Amino acid sequence: MRTRFWRQRNKIISATLTLIASLLLTGCLGNDAEDWNGKNISGLMPELEFDLINSRGESVSGDDYSGRVRMLFFGFTSCPDVCPTALQKLNQATSGLDPKLQDEVLTLFVSVDPKRDTPERLAKYVDFFGDNIVGLTGKEPQLRELAKRYRTTFGYDEPDPDGNYAVSHSSAIYVFDREGNPRLLMRPNLSREEIRHDLVALIEEDS
Amino acid sequence: MSLLDYLLPYDFSPLTVLSYMLVMGFYGIGLLRMPDQDRPGALRIFAFTLGVLICYAVMQTRFDYYAQYMFFVHRGQHLILHHIGPILIALSNPLPVMRFWFEKISPGWKRTLRPLGWFYQVLQQPFIALFLFVGLIYFWLWPSIHFDAMLSRDLYWVMNWSMLLDGLLFWWLIFDPRPPAITSSLGYGRRMLVLAAAGVLQMFLGAWIVFSRDMVYDVYEVCGRAWPLDPEVDQLLGGMLTYIPPAMMSILGILLMLRRAMHQDGKYTNQSKQLEETAS
Repeated sequence: MRTRFWRQRNKIISATLTLIASLLLTGCLGNDAEDWNGKNISGLMPELEFDLINSRGESVSGDDYSGRVRMLFFGFTSCPDVCPTALQKLNQATSGLDPKLQDEVLTLFVSVDPKRDTPERLAKYVDFFGDNIVGLTGKEPQLRELAKRYRTTFGYDEPDPDGNYAVSHSSAIYVFDREGNPRLLMRPNLSREEIRHDLVALIEEDS
Repeated sequence: MSLLDYLLPYDFSPLTVLSYMLVMGFYGIGLLRMPDQDRPGALRIFAFTLGVLICYAVMQTRFDYYAQYMFFVHRGQHLILHHIGPILIALSNPLPVMRFWFEKISPGWKRTLRPLGWFYQVLQQPFIALFLFVGLIYFWLWPSIHFDAMLSRDLYWVMNWSMLLDGLLFWWLIFDPRPPAITSSLGYGRRMLVLAAAGVLQMFLGAWIVFSRDMVYDVYEVCGRAWPLDPEVDQLLGGMLTYIPPAMMSILGILLMLRRAMHQDGKYTNQSKQLEETAS
């Protein structure tokens, strides 16, 4: 028991020490060659992968949209404020890009409210926010799996007498590069210029 | 959700489950096989089992889900991993069981494992132990590091395991049942000093979180909470869990050490005096 404990602890302690050392050696926390407005999440999360259905009801995976910079956002179409504001901001950020660059970016809007958000309803909703946006949803276990993968969660409130209910979800925008590597976590309070700056940097990175 | 969903791990970690199974397995087999006179009493076995079980529960049941998406539940998780669980395990004094297994290790292995013993001695220097104990709390609660730890699955596991292992080391140093007068364990005065220092340093951090007007830990805001709780209430509760119970545990630890010191006061010196007298 003792040795088991020691070995385990050694591993953890050396991992912790390596972590501290690497934080110190790399010039500390968050200093990066590129001046990102979002939070750099390289290496913190797994690459983009999912198993969902799109707004035409077809099943899709992460590979179906590869080759472009992707912005993943969780929400639901009955969302009163957070989702429309964020999606509108993303639309403004991308539509302000050089026309040549616009097709290099794709917004993936994942509805975590599959009970109300049918593919048709989702299609209508995302069309309102521009061309380079895809609506995705799935069965609740599929959505739970994806949320867990990106260390987030969602929950449903009790429905009111009319059957309406609020859905709590992440307010962050997860940005992946062309290869699907996680790169940035954008808080919704960034301005469209700040978002655009980061997107341009990611698009131009390896093209 | 069924009861099973609450008992099954949210984020299954085979290594974690295996470690706990090995610990309980070795403890149980050790108890059964060891000579009757060495075997700890029922209360001690209960304390050990309870300590291990609550640590397991906060790591590998639904509790872990809430700990990932609620700041105050996360603070509760660390209170158990870094304080309550290890305190119960240390107070249960599993030394006889460990000794039983240690005697089973072949001399060759003992020789190869010796560097680990030295490493252990270094970690159990009072100043280093205090630095590690308080330093780890500050490290994982440093806002930018906390943010990363909650985003990265690997870092999250390193965080929880480092808290648990350091908790075991620290509280074993403090509650080591061997009397310092006749063994190499730490003297009671030093143990009390270390506890007082750890208590005060944790109170600083806890008070800072409790009295912060801004959101210090916004990762729970960004990634969604397990249920819609006011962020300020969440932070306040989490701050209080960092502030009050650890300080109380330091004081309880000091009282316990005082009791032991008073109990043993003069016991061993008298014995040696008697020895001297009989010798002369």
